[in-house]
Amino acid sequence: MRNKYSIFSLFKNALSYHENWQRAWKDPAPKKEYDAVIIGGGGHGLATAYYLAKKHNMQNIAVVEKGWIGGGNTGRNTTIIRSNYLWDASAGLYDHALKIWEGLSQELNYNVMFSQRGVMNLAHNLQDVRDLKRRTHANRLNGIDAVYLNTEEVKKFCPIINTSQDIRYPVLGGTLQKRAGTARHDAVAWGYARGADEMGVDIIQNCEVKGIKRNGDEVEGIETTKGFIKTKKIGVVAAGHSSVIANMAGVRLPLESKPLQALVSEPVKPIIDTVVMSNAVHAYVSQSDKGELVIGAGTDDYISYSQKGSHQIVEGTLNAILELYPIFSRMRMLRQWGGIVDICPDASPILSKTSIKGLYFNCGWGTGGFKATPGSGDLFAHTIANDEPHKLNAAFNLNRFVSGDLVDEHGAAAVAH
Amino acid sequence: MFLINCPYCGERDQQEFKAGGEAHIERPKQPTELSDDQWAEYLFMRKNIKGVQFERWNHAHGCRKWFNMARDTSNDEIKAIYKMGEKPPPQ
Repeated sequence: MRNKYSIFSLFKNALSYHENWQRAWKDPAPKKEYDAVIIGGGGHGLATAYYLAKKHNMQNIAVVEKGWIGGGNTGRNTTIIRSNYLWDASAGLYDHALKIWEGLSQELNYNVMFSQRGVMNLAHNLQDVRDLKRRTHANRLNGIDAVYLNTEEVKKFCPIINTSQDIRYPVLGGTLQKRAGTARHDAVAWGYARGADEMGVDIIQNCEVKGIKRNGDEVEGIETTKGFIKTKKIGVVAAGHSSVIANMAGVRLPLESKPLQALVSEPVKPIIDTVVMSNAVHAYVSQSDKGELVIGAGTDDYISYSQKGSHQIVEGTLNAILELYPIFSRMRMLRQWGGIVDICPDASPILSKTSIKGLYFNCGWGTGGFKATPGSGDLFAHTIANDEPHKLNAAFNLNRFVSGDLVDEHGAAAVAH
Repeated sequence: MFLINCPYCGERDQQEFKAGGEAHIERPKQPTELSDDQWAEYLFMRKNIKGVQFERWNHAHGCRKWFNMARDTSNDEIKAIYKMGEKPPPQ
């Protein structure tokens, strides 16, 4: 039985100089066979395993991860959480996640530092104003909190924004979702890993998948760097590498993998207490609890798995940031990195069965999957356990690219692609 | 960020170019005969290879001509550049 984290356990462990904390998850060797295997130990994969064990009573399962858990896009995103998407299907999906976020620290007994500091989306031209007002109305019809702000209200909510009308792209207004915010991304992976491990899930790190073994139209197992693992159900949650796994299994996906960059500044005292995003000039910024400004840049337009992006992408974002926030002009950037994101043609994810029995894909989250981590795990677990999608992810099937029933969220996805 | 040797202009910075995605996807000869599955295949499904991939590029801020490239997407190394209509080089 796992020790519960509490003020008392903190005090007790302080007495022994914090040298006797129980390890948060085991490091097992893979068994010969599992009821289900999740490929990919990021937030979405670990959440899937957690909910499979918790809600669907599937404890004989494993998560295989080629690196270390949370070392991919889970540890590389800008930690923004919101649900202000345009279409009904997306509203249902992302708000389902947001509702789980609101109680996640208590549920996992792990502080994911979820902070509902609000997310503001800026409008810089007349079309932006129209689009954002439309999206605000759509959100409210779907029960998602959203308000439209004029320029003065934007300035009042975030005083450091330059709302002067003589800049290249003046701020004409914006939307605000107050329930939105940020969370500590590493803690999300660790919290789910600890929770899943406690229920008996094997979390196998440094185990790369090399092949998918099929028997006709059914899966039989996976070839890995730690040997063959037999299983009848495989959930692929491999983000930027989804196509690599799909190519092994002979499944066609509509994805393109591209580098997306982010950067953080040196830490400073609290200066921005919300998240501000701007599609038109491509600048978004928030401040971490350590004091670093967390800045999201854009994607490169070419396919690449190199986990590094082009310099001009960062430069373009910083130009926009400096025009909107002249106060940052003397700040120095500390670190910059890239992650590989799997972009769908309609900027919406795929949580779906495939033509192969027992093979499920959770991918296509593109530039904004972190916000959906708990909801994605919950719904994907439902899809795997019942071999049927939940009504909230039914629209996000692979067949929509054949039927034409796309969920176009390019406007709400925030990163232009 | 890398340098691209445009077959018409010579070596230029990658920011002058626009990536056009996977190459050698043939436009259907009889569009009216296509099933929904075949349309989905043509319009949306991509190999998205990690490794050497054939792709189209356009020198958007230069000669504006299209050409093909064989590039290793795992490290962005360009293996070959060849003109439109030419056969891809052997691996």
